[in-house]
Amino acid sequence: MTTMTKPGEFAEDAAPAASDAFLSVRDLYVRFSTEDGIVKAVDGLSFDLERGRTLGIVGESGSGKSVTNLTVLGLHNPATTEVAGEILLDGQELTGASNRTLEKLRGDKVAMIFQDSLTALSPYYTVGRQIAEPYVKHRGVSKREGRERAIEMLEKVGIPQPRMRVDDYPHQFSGGMRQRAMIAMALVCNPDLLIADEPTTALDVTVQAQILDLLKDLQQEFGSAIILITHDLGVVSNVADDLLVMYAGRAVERGSVRELIREPQHPYTWGLLGSMPRLMSDVTEPLTPIPGAPPSLLSPPPGCAFHPRCGFTDLVGGGRCATERPELPDGRGSACHLTGEQKRSVFIETIQPRLG
Amino acid sequence: MSNDISLSKAPAAAAAGEPAGETLLQVSGLTKHFPVMGGFPFKRQVGTVQAVDGIDLTVRAAESFGLVGESGCGKSTTGRLITRLLEPTAGTVSYRGQDISHATRKELAPVRSEIQMIFQDPYSSLNPRQTVGTIIGGPMEINGINPPGGREKRVRELLETVGLNPEHFNRFPHEFSGGQRQRIGVARALALEPRLIVADEPVSALDVSIQAQVVNLLQQVQREMGIAFLFIAHDLAIVRHFSQRVAVMYLGKIVEVGDRDSIYQRPRHPYTHALLSAVPEVELEGEERERERIRLAGDVPSPINPPSGCRFRTRCWKAADKCAVEEPPLIRLAGAEEGHLTACHFPEEPTIAARDEDIVMDPALAALEDVSDRPQ
Amino acid sequence: MLRFLVRRTLGAVVILLFISAFTFFLFFAIPHDPALLSCGKNCTPDNLRTIHHNLGLDHPVPVQYYHYMVRIFTGHRFSTGNCPAPCFGYSFANSEPVWPTLMDRLPTTLSLALGAMVVFLLFGLGTGMLAAWKRGTTVDKVFSSASLVLSSMQIYFVGPIVLALLVYNNHILDQPKYVPFTDNPLSWFNGLLIPWCVLSILFTANYTRMSRSTMIEQLQEEHVRTARAKGMSSAYVFFRYAWRGSLIPIVTILGIDLGSLLGGAMITEYTFQLAGLGRLAIDSVTKTDLPMLMGVMLFSAALIVLFNILVDAAYAFIDPRVRLS
Repeated sequence: MTTMTKPGEFAEDAAPAASDAFLSVRDLYVRFSTEDGIVKAVDGLSFDLERGRTLGIVGESGSGKSVTNLTVLGLHNPATTEVAGEILLDGQELTGASNRTLEKLRGDKVAMIFQDSLTALSPYYTVGRQIAEPYVKHRGVSKREGRERAIEMLEKVGIPQPRMRVDDYPHQFSGGMRQRAMIAMALVCNPDLLIADEPTTALDVTVQAQILDLLKDLQQEFGSAIILITHDLGVVSNVADDLLVMYAGRAVERGSVRELIREPQHPYTWGLLGSMPRLMSDVTEPLTPIPGAPPSLLSPPPGCAFHPRCGFTDLVGGGRCATERPELPDGRGSACHLTGEQKRSVFIETIQPRLG
Repeated sequence: MSNDISLSKAPAAAAAGEPAGETLLQVSGLTKHFPVMGGFPFKRQVGTVQAVDGIDLTVRAAESFGLVGESGCGKSTTGRLITRLLEPTAGTVSYRGQDISHATRKELAPVRSEIQMIFQDPYSSLNPRQTVGTIIGGPMEINGINPPGGREKRVRELLETVGLNPEHFNRFPHEFSGGQRQRIGVARALALEPRLIVADEPVSALDVSIQAQVVNLLQQVQREMGIAFLFIAHDLAIVRHFSQRVAVMYLGKIVEVGDRDSIYQRPRHPYTHALLSAVPEVELEGEERERERIRLAGDVPSPINPPSGCRFRTRCWKAADKCAVEEPPLIRLAGAEEGHLTACHFPEEPTIAARDEDIVMDPALAALEDVSDRPQ
Repeated sequence: MLRFLVRRTLGAVVILLFISAFTFFLFFAIPHDPALLSCGKNCTPDNLRTIHHNLGLDHPVPVQYYHYMVRIFTGHRFSTGNCPAPCFGYSFANSEPVWPTLMDRLPTTLSLALGAMVVFLLFGLGTGMLAAWKRGTTVDKVFSSASLVLSSMQIYFVGPIVLALLVYNNHILDQPKYVPFTDNPLSWFNGLLIPWCVLSILFTANYTRMSRSTMIEQLQEEHVRTARAKGMSSAYVFFRYAWRGSLIPIVTILGIDLGSLLGGAMITEYTFQLAGLGRLAIDSVTKTDLPMLMGVMLFSAALIVLFNILVDAAYAFIDPRVRLS
């Protein structure tokens, strides 16, 4: 796949010129107060993203992967949410930024694509109007120019007869077309960062493949950095350059897609891989699920949040997993008390044969 | 505990004198059309949703048969027709030789206990006001079954079989997580010692790590108790993992059916090729094999007034005039294995390896990839 | 849109037929002879029979109903005078023709009900939206509790108190009365100000609460979040995206409330001694005046049905999914 290698080449070219990340999240904490108590949705998260690259964030429901990205755009409810840490976008601090500052960024420099295009687009306005709105606002052009731009974008994302469909309402579009319209809306101002939150989860598999390829191809044209949030390792492994695995509000493993899929280090990542059957896996081999259920974020387990479900705590010994929180190193690595040697040998001897 | 149950079940199957592999369920020409109302000034029927349109399939005793397809292909409707939650418009469903397609409630009663269903949504398919004990024991009570040791003992056994704490039989569904609720659904289905379970997307509402738990549980149930499964899902990898034979549906028709390896390694129907090629697959170390790349254009068309002839022709790269006028029969093609049937006038080569040229039907993708390829 | 209106009108005709039949037969189920009213004190059986004949009461009830319905469209020449279509007959009580009486009373009731509607929509939706905008603040809490208190204020309780305070004791406003709008708009407004406010108190309180809760619900909708993610300003998102959606449940309730608004208008007329349809209805019931009662019933029913068609048309205006399906 030629498209896979291109962003990498681009990043290598760009790396010496500007080593500073375009988006840099440092020690991000997000807490919600609810009736049942304080939910620690994101608990000390750090990551960097360079221009033109795609970061995949993988996790199950309640892992904090969506919350993180709503916080980047300041879309959380300020009355019930407490945010601490640093979010630097192109050198600009976003935590604690005024609403006016954020409004200027949203839809212009940073755009977002949501999961369910039926509920995420307003049923009351035409697709064309909804696409044109951010363009008219951020570029200060007339409504007529906005409409022309909407038609151009609809054509770009593959809506047939865009000049006619621009005046349709979202419910007159099929699911795949609506998701395309949402992509058009997100890219209308040529954003530097595109956050796609489960962009294909609600779609059929043949449509999902179209949309994912479209995102990849458009990224080449627009040069945006992409954060792709999903629960599906298969989706990110086909689209992303780098991966971040999240569990219970924390990042547990990070690396390039290649590193992380070829030699995953964290027991949770092993669990995810062992949980999903693949088209190539051996059907006689039963799946190896992760026992138990994800923890409540009201009172996450002490130490490593994954330890109650982990089968390798004995290797660490001394009850360290239940008391001491493992840190995630910068760059390639995982937040686990196992030594590098242990991780490698467990994966090669125990995990890999089961994945078949 | 699960061993106990499989032991008690095995003699029953033997007594019925039914060797494994014998046909349990035979479906032929099964059709379900839903009326579409509209018109002016009085509403009347203006069209039909051809949800399921003349499908044939057989499920053998103790086998797992997978039904896969995208939204609107009629796979769920098929499941509901077979369990007779819906009455077919035409065609027959026969269970162990007995035609149940239009059977009355009374005639169905003995069959109902043998065919059970597991639903997708573990949140809405359990009555929130009933305890787990009542939910699982209910079917026994309705059917007047008094297992040795009493119903409560049986419920506890079932809870243990599905991996739940037997002491929890007095709790309510909301006290359980999604995966645990799906286990309750499985226990309820097992309560009447069924011979066929229709599982309609049983894991798609669950988190990835929980999905595997439930898939393993179902597989254990299927193997140890010799229960046949009709496994309905949109996830091709899960269907492959679970089913010995697989049928691919598109807009109310079966377009291809055959043994697992036959369908997944040597598909002939263009739609099966497109589906398999679209699955986002994690490729592990040493698996860097080139898969074919097929990108269709647009979504599945509406099952109201579907395309004439072959229903896939509007999205097919091989479509010719013949496809619009003549519906391709579901037949065994030359060179295909026994039991591998394909409904296509212009079948593909039996391989999923990469082609010389990708098939990209989507205009936007084609345009973008043309541009991006040019500088190279 | 035209198809929609035709279909709704056909439906309305069926509803009106049903209501008219129901009222008609219910009236005759009461063991009371309407002819006794006209017969006077020394009523002989012969007199009574003549009156029965004159009023058409000597026919079987279904035949009477048939005549009544036909005459609405064709008109009828009675012994007492000509009654052109739409002919609803003459009052048993005072022999006045029904239709002109209705037309005479209509402006009062319509002014009262529609005026009150404007008041409660303006204040109810306004305060509700403000409370949603300032959710959790003192403003929100004051509006929310005030609406709770006001929603228990009944017309027949508030009416006399307001009259006593503003009119009789302190002479701030005049005694409520109806002056036709065409005669003097200012007196029309002054005369109806108190009835409008009193009638709309209950409604305002309810619409405040409803508007607040639907706005808060809408603000949590995903498409509203999308609009914020596009960089639209808070005010734009609030008024363009959230408010539009909040109107749908409000319009639904408004459709249901129109009946009670008309009922409320009747009580208000009684409280403030205004000569509207409500007074007419109450009087005709106490006097067993069938033609007048039928007239008021059918006419109010037709009004409610008409308003409901307008409400449904409003749906189509607000929500393109309704318009285009």
